[in-house]
Amino acid sequence: MQRRDFLSAALGAGALSLLSPTLAVAAPAAGRYQRLLILVELKGGNDGLNTVVPHADPAYYALRPEIGIKPEGLIVLDEKSALHKSLEPLMPLWGGGEMAIMQGVGYPQPNLSHFRSIEIWDTASKSDEYLQQGWLTRVFKQYPAPQDFSADALVVGSADLGPVAGGARAIALQDPAAFNRNARLAQAMQTPGGGALAHVLKVERDIAQAARSIGNKTPTTRTLKTVFPDSGFGRTCKAACETLASAPNIAVMRLTLGGFDTHQNQLGTHANLLKQFADGVVALQAALTELGRWDDTLILSYSEFGRRPKQNQSAGTDHGTVAPHFAFGGGVQGGMYGHTPSLAELDDSGNLKHVIDFHSVYATVMERWWELPSEPLLGARFQPLAIV
Amino acid sequence: MLSRTPLLRTPPFRTPPFRTRLFGTCLHRATAGLLVGLGMLVFQVAYAATSGPAGAMGPDDARHLLTRSGFAPTPEQIADYAKLSRSEAVDRILAGTRSTPVTAWPDELDDFVPYRIVRTMSEQQRRDANRVNTVRGVELRVWWLGEMLVTPSPLTERMTLFWHNHFVSSQDKVRPAKLMLQQNLTLREHATGNFGKLLTAASKDPAMLIYLDGRNSRKGQPNENFAREVMELFTLGEGHYSERDIKEAARAFTGWDIDGENAKFFFRANQHDTGVKEIFGKRGNFNGDDVLRLLLERRETAEFISTKLWREFVSAQADKSGVQQVAGVLRDSGYEIKPALRTLFLSDAFWAQDNRGALVKSPVDLVVGSLRSLEADVPDPLPFVRTLRQMGQDLFAPPNVRGWPGGEWWINSSSLLDRKQFLDRLARADDPKRMAALRRVEGSMSAANEVPMSREDLRRRAAIAVREMDVDLAGWSAELKPLGLNADRVLLPVAAVDNGMAMADDNNARVRALLLDPAYQLK
Repeated sequence: MQRRDFLSAALGAGALSLLSPTLAVAAPAAGRYQRLLILVELKGGNDGLNTVVPHADPAYYALRPEIGIKPEGLIVLDEKSALHKSLEPLMPLWGGGEMAIMQGVGYPQPNLSHFRSIEIWDTASKSDEYLQQGWLTRVFKQYPAPQDFSADALVVGSADLGPVAGGARAIALQDPAAFNRNARLAQAMQTPGGGALAHVLKVERDIAQAARSIGNKTPTTRTLKTVFPDSGFGRTCKAACETLASAPNIAVMRLTLGGFDTHQNQLGTHANLLKQFADGVVALQAALTELGRWDDTLILSYSEFGRRPKQNQSAGTDHGTVAPHFAFGGGVQGGMYGHTPSLAELDDSGNLKHVIDFHSVYATVMERWWELPSEPLLGARFQPLAIV
Repeated sequence: MLSRTPLLRTPPFRTPPFRTRLFGTCLHRATAGLLVGLGMLVFQVAYAATSGPAGAMGPDDARHLLTRSGFAPTPEQIADYAKLSRSEAVDRILAGTRSTPVTAWPDELDDFVPYRIVRTMSEQQRRDANRVNTVRGVELRVWWLGEMLVTPSPLTERMTLFWHNHFVSSQDKVRPAKLMLQQNLTLREHATGNFGKLLTAASKDPAMLIYLDGRNSRKGQPNENFAREVMELFTLGEGHYSERDIKEAARAFTGWDIDGENAKFFFRANQHDTGVKEIFGKRGNFNGDDVLRLLLERRETAEFISTKLWREFVSAQADKSGVQQVAGVLRDSGYEIKPALRTLFLSDAFWAQDNRGALVKSPVDLVVGSLRSLEADVPDPLPFVRTLRQMGQDLFAPPNVRGWPGGEWWINSSSLLDRKQFLDRLARADDPKRMAALRRVEGSMSAANEVPMSREDLRRRAAIAVREMDVDLAGWSAELKPLGLNADRVLLPVAAVDNGMAMADDNNARVRALLLDPAYQLK
């Protein structure tokens, strides 16, 4: 019997996490998860066509007579694509080559239900496949973060754990200081056995471990000078960066900006959401630079789907399929990836066909960001993108 | 006390209202004396002990049955049921079910704006109407929560909630509060009645017709949403029907609509597809009722419902032969729910020690159960509407048509801290310092408006409600000994994980430790 097995048997499953890290399994490449991944979820289904606008395509304005963004509301990037003007704060990133646009991100046989589609994205399943664990949870199960990490992942702005659901050491919070205060209610305890009690105890231990650093003010804790936007998403970014300032050892942060389900009178709502997004990303850049982390940060946006190219009768848009997504970071190879999906070739539901499969984006994270093989985790070969 | 909130016409919530002081038998007193005297060692032995179904079942079984079949009981209820045998106790619970609520809902929840008026509304009027519906949605939640807190038939509310999570509709889509109220009353009416009747009533329920787009399903343009979910989620379960069955069934349901004047079911004969349909290999000019009948004839339906009942009442992993037994009873009785519940409650698995503490408390279990078992005085349950939403169980608004997944899904780092914070506050509710602080706030607060219409009004009302809540832990603890009970066995389904804390000398500190023990999250 291996020493480790013996200890497991003697102390009960999970007991090892309380022991000295030297007893742990071979540590993963030390630096891997120093490369931070920040996922920004645009919840509700972002209208991609009004985010990165195919301004030269007459079909765009024909499909959207009321809600098509007029040229004066656009920042032209190239002969085909323009950004919604609300995204102007991102232009320094675009000019500096630290912002990539991935066009037409989606998946085959798209599902138009919010719930099911985000489940497909979060679990990286196929359209007709039901998986229990989030895709990042699978990564951490296979390639664990070092034991001394405060958590595998931090979730801000949503109680739903999404890609880190189903077993990752995920901490959801709104405010690191409040988390630290309330964490005294959780205890790190062990008890033999499995089932529901084991789950509760695991979550208690995760909280207790995270609270040793998260929101714990020590003389070395950095106070951020960055001023965050006074918006819901601004506060989400602030909570995330303050957490990181007190607990630098976190591999993933998932931040949620909600409200993108724009079925009616969407112009004002959508413009405001995009501005919140852009201002938030700029604040993240400033704070991460301040923390010395910008060069090892990859920020990716995602959303359950895009919206229908043809506007609806309420000056809004219904559920669609693909949308462009963004990558930001000091190590990002800026520019345009993929191509604008064709407005002339819509599917049976009047929606765009995907250009980039989101699984390829995930393969990029695994292979090019963390240097892990992606095929076993994704169940098939997906070509990574050269964004990093 | 309540006159300032005309919104809430129900009596003050004393949980539960029916305080029948009953004394434990001599035997129980003696047991309790031993327990208190010898402490943890004996206590753990007591947890492991079981009593035969023939004799008095004792306090552990009583707590288990009452918690699982309803909400966590008071010490008096435990002592009362402890004297019964298991089957006597189960029969008493089943005999006491109600099909109507005991509390009155605010009159304005009956308001319904006819569709012909909605159609002529301006954009501004629609926005205003939407705001009214949102506030009424809050009133609706307050009302149901209040009903759960005081009902003499907790099983009825548990089953109403179970069916709410089965025949899901959400106010996110079904805006008029009246329709959600109406659905709730329908689910309660049949909660422990007949599943066949419930299936029909829930399928023709106006909220359901909106939520699953049934009312938009017309001859030539059938909407498949309801037809799919009635098979996948309400009766057969995934994999027991074909896409063709769904398409054909959707045709049979065409014409089902809502009367826009009075929000009642209405059959629009000229929109019904009268052609021949083929469903499950049978051909005929089926209508919607015929499809429901065909679904009830399938073996899978009783199995699917029995599996769900098993997961609700016994354990997360459904036992195949146990489920078959319940399903058999369900079928043989023509889908009567009570015989199935009786079989479930009297199964060995229900009482098995391995299944004690095997289920995670839902937010409703945690909040309603804690308030009831600690006999809190809750003049206005409004604050707990928000508590439940934070913990992930916003009544009348399940996340999607599959409902709340339940089980371990209830507990993550965020929700667990919310749950513990609630319990911590409850345990400190009778702290004199806290009461003094609340009285200071009182001076700065004006009375709520006649009819609260804004979030600000609701916040103010919630603050008043929190202040007026009363929990007397010292009095509660003092009740235990004469009843032959101790706090551990009243509050926990299994021995405390944190043994040291649970044995704290001070009564209040001990109750607080038990509420914060990981085992308290389970039932």
